[in-house]
Amino acid sequence: MSRLWHWSRRCSLVLSRQNSTLASRLNSITDADALHFAKVLSSPTSLLSILPSISTPPEELDIYNNDWMGKYRGKSTTVLKPKTTQEVSEIVKWCNDRRIGIVPQGGNTGLVGGSVPLRDEVILSLSNMTQVRSFDPVSGILVADAGCILQSLTDYVAPHNHIMPLDLGAKGSCQIGGNVSTNAGGLRLLRYGSLHGSVLGLEVVLPDGTILDQLTTLRKDNTGYDLKQLFIGAEGTLGIITGVSILTPPAPQASNNVILALPRFENVLPLYKTVKRQLSEILSAFEFIDRTAYDLAVKHGQGRALSEEDVEGAECFVLVETSGGRREHDEEKLNNLLESLLEADEPLINTGVMAQNPAQFSSLWALREGVTEAVSKEGKAYKYDISVPLSTFKECVDLTRERLRSKGLLNEAQVKAVIGYGHVGDGNLHLNVIAKAYTPEIQDALEPFVYELVASHRGSVSAEHGIGAMKTHALHYSKDETSIAWMKKIKAIFDPNGIMNPGKVLE
Amino acid sequence: MRPSPARLLNILVPVKRAVDYAVKIRVNPQQTGVDLNVKHSMNPFDEIAVEEAVRIRERLPKGSEPVNITALTIGPPKSIETLRTALAMGADTAIHVEIPESAPAPEPLGVAKAIRAIIEKHKDKEGVDMVILGKQAIDDDLGQTGQMIAGLLGWGQATYASKIDLNLEQKNAVVTREIDGGLEQVRVKFPMIITTDLRLNEPRYASLPNIMKAKKKPVTKLTPADLGVSFEPQMEILKVTEPPKRVGGAKVESVDELVEKLKAAGFNAV
Repeated sequence: MSRLWHWSRRCSLVLSRQNSTLASRLNSITDADALHFAKVLSSPTSLLSILPSISTPPEELDIYNNDWMGKYRGKSTTVLKPKTTQEVSEIVKWCNDRRIGIVPQGGNTGLVGGSVPLRDEVILSLSNMTQVRSFDPVSGILVADAGCILQSLTDYVAPHNHIMPLDLGAKGSCQIGGNVSTNAGGLRLLRYGSLHGSVLGLEVVLPDGTILDQLTTLRKDNTGYDLKQLFIGAEGTLGIITGVSILTPPAPQASNNVILALPRFENVLPLYKTVKRQLSEILSAFEFIDRTAYDLAVKHGQGRALSEEDVEGAECFVLVETSGGRREHDEEKLNNLLESLLEADEPLINTGVMAQNPAQFSSLWALREGVTEAVSKEGKAYKYDISVPLSTFKECVDLTRERLRSKGLLNEAQVKAVIGYGHVGDGNLHLNVIAKAYTPEIQDALEPFVYELVASHRGSVSAEHGIGAMKTHALHYSKDETSIAWMKKIKAIFDPNGIMNPGKVLE
Repeated sequence: MRPSPARLLNILVPVKRAVDYAVKIRVNPQQTGVDLNVKHSMNPFDEIAVEEAVRIRERLPKGSEPVNITALTIGPPKSIETLRTALAMGADTAIHVEIPESAPAPEPLGVAKAIRAIIEKHKDKEGVDMVILGKQAIDDDLGQTGQMIAGLLGWGQATYASKIDLNLEQKNAVVTREIDGGLEQVRVKFPMIITTDLRLNEPRYASLPNIMKAKKKPVTKLTPADLGVSFEPQMEILKVTEPPKRVGGAKVESVDELVEKLKAAGFNAV
């Protein structure tokens, strides 16, 4: 009851919310500004602008102004791609003096519109900052420019027998700076924890152009406030991350995976308990895919499908990955687990498949990782990335589907499918609604419905995707008044002119 | 006339444990071979052979003669894993001709002779009707074993198969082969050798119940002496080296410079 009161009170806040006036106080970039940036930037290819003095063809700016889902569109006239921290600093200082809004941009793979401008802010892309600064193969500490692509860092540390502590579907495009700025979670979080733990230091250009050098490589450093934590997950609203020091774990010597077919969703929880207990330290992923999501991944050619008889009667699937130091040891554990699962009196699983070689290992992962891509091929997606108690995963998907059905929206012409998948180990559900097109009716049916549903479970409206532009109005469902007030105070201290990624995270 | 149901269709599938194709191979410091201390799995073409044998069984109408699939491997003790994979995919029994871990890799002729010996042992029982194996192993790429078995036994062969149509009544198979410029169909009589090409099928995942069952399926262990064969190498490897490293390109400032560079590299206008 008190919980109900709690969130109904939060809802009333929505009505009283005011659009920030900060954004309207910002200036558009002028031709003179563009010419100044041309002087600051060492390479002519670092500046794209449709303003007269530069006159880049407008279509060259499209990939920076639009997010990859085609949901958010900015109207920026200018994209800057500095090559050094110094250049970033000079740009930011100029923008601060001139009150020009800046949108820092990494791989632009975000899902909440955090990396594209709301209006005509200048886009500062980190994609030209791609140097690995140092790597210590003994400690595994990697220091790299923010623009390094996650996959290229993975490839960089691989010969030294290390891996990046995070892995996500967008690894081929996303950048480490963006990963840190959005506190990206991904597929390895269960094993290696969040970036709040594995990031050891940051180099940040603050909104006044000052360079904050906290690029230390210390595991332990209890000397006062840990400022870098503020920038992890700040989505570029407090400054621009230009360098990252991160702890990379040793590469596992052996990996294995299985996909298990479950007759009922209710079995996921007991299965997770069993798997955790039996595999203990070698368990590295426990991922959930509901049947609709699986069918969609198969339909769009993401990984090789299981045979008909293996998927028959399955309501959902679980992908279990093990990583360890010795193959024989891991395989024995995994085999014992699978044997006990199959031979149980009341089996939790119907059946499953185990990868027999690295190609099948990747193929099984593709069935899970490919869901995101399959969704975007199927239609326009409303993506809700929520943290809710594991036991309510199915309820959240079912209630959302019911809601759309009751509004008469669940049909081929409007909403094609409602799917759930995600990281069971982290209590993180990806609730995706796939529509033929983005429409206000669907939007209104989903919001604030989904957010209220999440709040009723005391969940998070954004488990790993961030707030961006999409969820600023929903922040209050997961953060109370006091928290938001203090977030605003912190924003005001760092960025009194409100130039950094305006309109994101906080309204 | 229908063959009596008691008669089995016997398929022998020789498989090889090879360095997995996803592994980046490294030449060993002695330049005698590659580093073998890496992930191994079943030679992909052999995996296709196992899959095809299982599909042949699945394609036969109910009530037709039962199919027996025997997987065979020649290799060190660890090769048993490769056999277990074949058994999990659907093979019924397996034969492991074990050689010491340190022994040199058997060559195609030795392998073909061993397979002939196994087939001859089988003769007193039911006899092998068909040998399906990969067209080549991805480690040595020799691509000779299938043809050598056919030669030694005097059997018909259909190599590089991309489609197999069995006709049990007439005891033959029409095999489609991919050749330059098109497809070739050959009809082969039982008993026969078929080597598989990439497009024949896409191997299945091993399901958990089948993996468990595979553990209980019988594996016969044999030694080269049991078969009266020797795997003494006939070839001597002189040296193994890596291909030369690719040197990066360079940017030119003008057309003249490009022409100059092309001329320097020995390209001249015709």
